[in-house]
Order: sequence, then structure tokens, then C-alpha cells
Amino acid sequence: MSYAVKNLTQGSRELIAFRIGDQEFCVNIMSVREIRGWTPATALPHAPPFVMGVINLRGVVLPIVDLSGRLGMKAAEPTARHVIIVTQVKSRVVGLLVDAVSDILTVTDDNIQPTPEISSDIERQYARGILAMEGRMICLLELESLFPETESEAA
Amino acid sequence: MDMNEIKEIFFQECEEQLAELESGLLKLNDGDRDPETVNAVFRAVHSIKGGAGAFGLDDLVSFAHVFETTLDCVRSNKLEPNQDVLKVMLKSADVLADLTNAARDGGSVDDSRSRALVKELEALANGEVPAPSATVEVPAAATAAAPAPTDESGFAPIPFSFDGFDDEEEAIEGTVYDVTFNPRPELFAKGNEATLLLRDLSRVGEMSIHCDTDALPSLDQIDPEGAYFRWKIAVKTTKGEDAIRSVFEFAEWDCDLEIKVQEAATDAAERAEELPMIPVPFDLSMLDGAGSEGDADGEEAGAAANATATTAVAAAEAVSGIAKLAGAASRGDKKDAGAAATAAAQATAAAGAAPTIRVDLDRVDRLINLVGELVINQAMLSQSVIENDANGTSSINMGLEELQQLTREIQDSVMAIRAQPVKPVFQRMSRIVREVADMTGKSIRLITEGENTEVDKTVIDKLAEPLTHMIRNAVDHGVETPEKRVAAGKNPEGTVRLTAKHRSGRILIELADDGAGINRERVKQKAIDNDLIAADANLTDEEIDNLIFLPGFSTADKISDISGRGVGMDVVKRSIQALGGRISISSRPGHGSVFTMSLPLTLAVLDGMVVTVAGQTLVVPLTAIVETLQPEASAIHSFGASHRLISIRNSFCPLVDVGRILNFRTTQANPVEGVALLVESEGGGQRALMVDAIQGQRQVVIKSLEANYTHVAGIAAATILGDGRVALILDVDAVVGASRGQSLKPEMSLAATG
Repeated sequence: MSYAVKNLTQGSRELIAFRIGDQEFCVNIMSVREIRGWTPATALPHAPPFVMGVINLRGVVLPIVDLSGRLGMKAAEPTARHVIIVTQVKSRVVGLLVDAVSDILTVTDDNIQPTPEISSDIERQYARGILAMEGRMICLLELESLFPETESEAA
Repeated sequence: MDMNEIKEIFFQECEEQLAELESGLLKLNDGDRDPETVNAVFRAVHSIKGGAGAFGLDDLVSFAHVFETTLDCVRSNKLEPNQDVLKVMLKSADVLADLTNAARDGGSVDDSRSRALVKELEALANGEVPAPSATVEVPAAATAAAPAPTDESGFAPIPFSFDGFDDEEEAIEGTVYDVTFNPRPELFAKGNEATLLLRDLSRVGEMSIHCDTDALPSLDQIDPEGAYFRWKIAVKTTKGEDAIRSVFEFAEWDCDLEIKVQEAATDAAERAEELPMIPVPFDLSMLDGAGSEGDADGEEAGAAANATATTAVAAAEAVSGIAKLAGAASRGDKKDAGAAATAAAQATAAAGAAPTIRVDLDRVDRLINLVGELVINQAMLSQSVIENDANGTSSINMGLEELQQLTREIQDSVMAIRAQPVKPVFQRMSRIVREVADMTGKSIRLITEGENTEVDKTVIDKLAEPLTHMIRNAVDHGVETPEKRVAAGKNPEGTVRLTAKHRSGRILIELADDGAGINRERVKQKAIDNDLIAADANLTDEEIDNLIFLPGFSTADKISDISGRGVGMDVVKRSIQALGGRISISSRPGHGSVFTMSLPLTLAVLDGMVVTVAGQTLVVPLTAIVETLQPEASAIHSFGASHRLISIRNSFCPLVDVGRILNFRTTQANPVEGVALLVESEGGGQRALMVDAIQGQRQVVIKSLEANYTHVAGIAAATILGDGRVALILDVDAVVGASRGQSLKPEMSLAATG
């Protein structure tokens, strides 16, 4: 698989940018269903460390993933100031725990640069590209490869 | 709506008709001679035949036709519906169900069986006393109305009123019928074509056609949507009038159809039957009226008589030369007349049966889910109001109480939508009793009670399999052979009684037979032989009875086709438990056995015990819990390296630390500080589950964990508690299994495997 920019459709797109630690990431706004504050999650037995548990989202049992831990960074210690981005990944709904939502970006494909070769494996797997915005570096994540759907079927 | 959807509806209706058919036949079997019952049975078969014909399901049509013919004999009192006749009919109903299923799902039906039944039915229709050996070569004519019964049957022949021509029918090999087919414009407006009808008719027999074109006006007067031709057809056929009529089955309302036997006086009753279709003579003066009738194609068939009248009015005016005005006037009249007729028809329909609608199950489930949310939200709201309101007397509290009652009521009503009577399952059982009794040469009567007891549809669907097992067992092993029964001084006919009733928020299903009961000596010996119990075990009668639920237990001396592969009762027990139910048995030697199943009314909610384990809140299904107890230090015994046993009334039961198994903590909890839940698990055997504390008992709404996450070992599902937080429902069997050393597979989802 090529780690270069995957073929993106022409024209501008909207992205939601958020912060984890001192890094900034963004995802396509079309996959975001809502953004809500942190509520304590019910722990799940035998879950990987980055799965914080499940919460009640208006009657739906919603799993919460610590995105920081998922990306191989330091596990988050959630506080009331943390934010859950409720995203739709294929047929499932998953909540992503992040530090804060920072921006809504409107970008064109030209703004997205390929992921540099030096990046670590984890980042190369999930990063779809890098954006340069007013001196900041924002990493565009691909949710589908963060949460491959086939796994649950195999389990 | 495409053809498949229509077909699907047809099969759904077939199921209802088959149920109706069977219950009607069973009523007749019990001595009910109400003509309405006979009619209901006849109608059911007739509707299936009619629908099947429309879909070209020939096997189904031909069998239903023979069946219908025989039923017609019963309806016209030519055939006394005694036990023997009904036996054949019940079997026929089974075959009809098989044929319907085969038509829906593909697959084939045992041809020889249906052919043998066709012969038996035809023999019955011919008025013969049913005897297994009586295989009569029935001529093709038998598919039509039956000939007059012979004397030997002992039934006085009674004149036939429905298909008035059986006498001629019998005599002539190929009657010539005069058919007058006079289509009305509606026929064409509805997409029928005369050519196709005539072509179908030509398949019935040899025919000659004469087209009457007298009504055809000159070209400038022609209404392009009018109908001007009529046909006179002479059909020579052996198949009888019914066959001709069935060609026009879907055109009958939109044409004037007259079928007469040539050279034979037409039966008066026959004419009377056709009365609703008063022929409208087609002559030139009527053309405008007829044409306008064609325009109003929304006309109801039921209003045909009215329409005829208005057409006459229109025709009269047409003669006076104001053609357009007449058309408008007649249309206005007809709408009124039609509306009145429709309203009247609807009123009668409403009086007949409570109106029902078919609703997609998904929609109902969505509603049930939403109401579940409502209940949870209401509980959360109450909780937060109580927390924030010190006085507790405000009007908000009163409002909240009313809201609570309202939500409960809504929840109950919504749950009632999914509730269905157990009748369909019970009816299926009567067929199984018949088949198994036939195979084993026993004579058995199934009595069902409380078939209208309602329970959630999912429960009903899952009930059929265990019940089938148990019925088979009862007939095969429970009830003795007639000889043995007579020897024991019992009625040679065995009785199996299937009862359903509501009992304290659950449904209780009882299956009782009046057979020999459980042979405890043999059961015990068998259990010892199969190493299920120790040879010197001292068991109470009840304990021995319950041995039959152990896996790998079968008492039948020889393995039969019907039951006895040793996978019977433990499977039954497991499937009942999977439904959140319990099963028990009580048996009296010589008097029979009673199996009692207690099931929840719905699978959407569950009675659970809310417990705390390592700071987490869990729900344990109440059905799994046998008892709860506070362990004392003296009752705990270490066993081997890591296992511990708890002694309960002098028996030792392994202690299972739920917190360890679910990985909530790494060290073993101190049993004395917690509570032990004694549970019964799959495969028998009790385990004591250690939890930290019991919070209470509650009814919880079951939520899927798989929808957005994945299956978690040891967890059956999730639920949302009154405080709005998610709690996990424990999968007791999996936890017990894990304690036996089958490790809970840590299933990684959302895992970093890329």
C-alpha cells in the first residue's frame, strides 16, 4: 500500500481539528455525528487498554476509545474538560476521547501533503496526510483504518 | 409493489388460512357440527386454492381442489364428518401445509403421500367409507363436483345446491357447455384481455367460438375504450363447470358470464347465483352510457348492480341526444351510489372482525426501543429532581409521578404489540402428535388449553423447537401402547395435555401426559451406567426425575427415528434457559408426567439482580440464580493451588470470583466480605458466584453491545440503569465455563492490528 496521499476527490472539504496533548489531528466532518462532554464510562472486561468502556448515548451503548492511547501515545486521564467526538465509522458509532476540539477547517486537496517517510509505523498506517495551517501542523486521520470493521466479525 | 411482495403476502395469508383450517378441523373432530365451522374450513382451502392459482402453483392448486371437493361434500351434508373422515382431512391439511411451504421455500414434498391422500379424498368424495385399502381409480371427472354417493355409504343422497350439475356430469364423458362471455369496459380497463381468457378456455376442452359483433357501431361512433364484442363459446370438456369458471376467476366481476349445459335444463339455483351480475344488454342506444361507465374505472365491483341502474338512466338520456350531459350526470350518480355501496361494505366488514394491520416487525422494535429510552429518561429525571428538591412536595413531584404512570402504561401497551397468542405453536404440536402417534401405532389425543395466552413473538418463535422435542418424547416414551394401556385398565387412547397460562408476570406452559410416568428404577440405573451419578448415590424421587435433563441421557431401549438419540431433554432445558426460563418435571408412576416451563413474557426486558463487583455495577439474570447467601469463614475451604470451595448444607460447591474472571481485579476477593450467588449453569451443577454486594433487584431493558462494539466474553448484553449509566449483564454460563478452565477468550476489538 502506498503511504502517499490516497486519491482524494477534487474540491474543498471540511475537517474537524482537535488536540491530543500538544499535537493536532483532524478528521472528515462528514463522519462526525456529534461532540459531547466526557461522562464516566462503564469499563468492559478483557478490553484493550485504549477502550475506556461504554457510555449511554441516548439509549445507544457507545464504546469510547482513548484516541491518544490508540495512536500509541500516552494514555489519557479523562477529566471534565475532555471531549468525546461521536463518529460514524462504517456501520458503527464510536466515541473518540480527545483533549479538545480546536477548529473547523475548509481545505482543498492541494493543502494536504503526503505523510513524510520518516513517520513511525502507527502514524503511517492511520495518517492520510498532513496539513499546514498558519504555521501549525495538523495530521489527517483515516478512521476506517483505525477501526477496521472486519475484526469484530472475525472475533 | 412487485410480484414477490404480493407472493409474500399470499404466503402469510396462507399461514393464517392453514391455521384456521386446522383449528376448524380439530373442532369438527371434537364433535362440533356447526355449519359455520364447516364453512370456515371450506373457505380456508378455497382461498389457498384461489391464491395459488394466481401464482401458477399447480401442485398446490390441484391438491387443494381435491380437498375442497371433499369438503364440499361435508358442507352439503353428503359426507358425515366422522373420526375416520377427519383423520384423512387432518392429514390432508398437513400435506397442504407442506405443499405451501414447498412452494415458498422450494424443496419437494413426498409425492406418494400426497397422491395417496388425493385418492383417499376422492374416495370420500365418492361417498365411500374410508378404508386404507380402498384405492379407487377415479376418473378425471372426480376433480369436478362429486357424483352422487352410492348406497353402501349409508348416507342418504341430498340434492346438491352449489355445483348443480353433478348428475349430468356423471353420465357424460365430456359435457358440452354453452358459455356466453360478454365483457364490460372495466374488464379492459383493468388490463385483462379477452384473447388470453379465450386461450385459457381452449385448454379446458374442445371449443368452438362465435364472436357476436352486432353491437359494434360505425367507426365515427366508436368509443375507443368501450367494449362491443361478445362471444358465444361451446366447450366440450370433462372437467366440469368449475374449470370453466376458474378461467374467468379474475374477470368475473367485469363481464357477464353465463355457463349453461347444452341440451339440459339450467338449474334455477344456478341462475340465482349469478344474479349480482345482471347482464346489461348491449344495444346501440346504450353505447354512450356504457362508454362513460368505462371512464369511471374506479367503480367498485360491489356497486355493479347500482351501476346497471344508472347506466339505464344514462342510456335513456343518451337517446334524447344529450350525450355529453348524460355522461356527466351518470358519472355523478354513480359516484354517489358507489360510495354508498363501499361504505355499506366497510360497515359489514367492521362488524365481522376486529380490523388488523400488518406492521413490519422492525418498526415495532424501534418503537419498543424508544419507549425503553423514555422509561430510562423518566427515571433519570425523577432521580435528579429528588436530589435537587429538598421539600419533596412541589408540583413538579406530582407531575413526575403522573409521568411515571404514563410511561409505564405506554411501555405495557407497546410490549403488548409484540405479544402474540401461542396458538400457532400449539397447532403445530397437534400435527406432531398425529405424526408420531401414527409412527408408533399409538392412539393419542392432544388437548390444548389457553391457546390465546399471549407472549412476545420472539419467545413464541423459540418455543416451537423445545416443545416439539418434548411432545415427541411424551408420545414416544410417555404414553404406552394401546395394549399396555388396556392391560393397565386405562383408556386405550392416550391423552397429552398442553396448557398455557399467565402466572405472576411469566407464562407457564404445562405438558402433561397420562402415560406410565418415569420409571425411576430404570432412570437411575441408566444414569449409573452412563457414569452420570455414583452407583451408591442416594437420590430423592425428584432428583431422579431431574436426571433426564442431564446431557447424554436416553432411556429408550432402542433408538428410534422419533426420539431417543440422547440429545433430547438437556437440549430442551438449555433452550428454555436461553430464553430466560426454567423447566421442571413431576411424575407419578402409572399416572403420567407433567413438564412445567416458566418463561418470561418478553425478551426485551429481563429481571436481574444488580450487584457490585470490584467497583463495577453488573446485572445477573434472576432466572440463573438459585439462592444467595452470605458466606461464613468456616464454610470456605481452599482446594488446590487457587480453587476454593464453599460448603452449603454439607455439599461442596466451587467458588467463582466474578471480578477475577472478568479481569476487574487481579487479586482474589475475600469471600467473607462479599455475597455468594448460587447459580445453576448449563450442564447442571451449581457454582457460587462471588460478588461484592447486592444493590437490588430490577427489571432492565436489554441493549446490544455488539451493535457498536463486539461480543465480550462473559457478558451477555448491556443495559442502562436509572442513573443513566451503562451496566453490563453477566453471561452466567460463560463465567461458569471460564471457572472450569475454559478460558474466556480475550476478544480484541478496535485493536491495533491495522
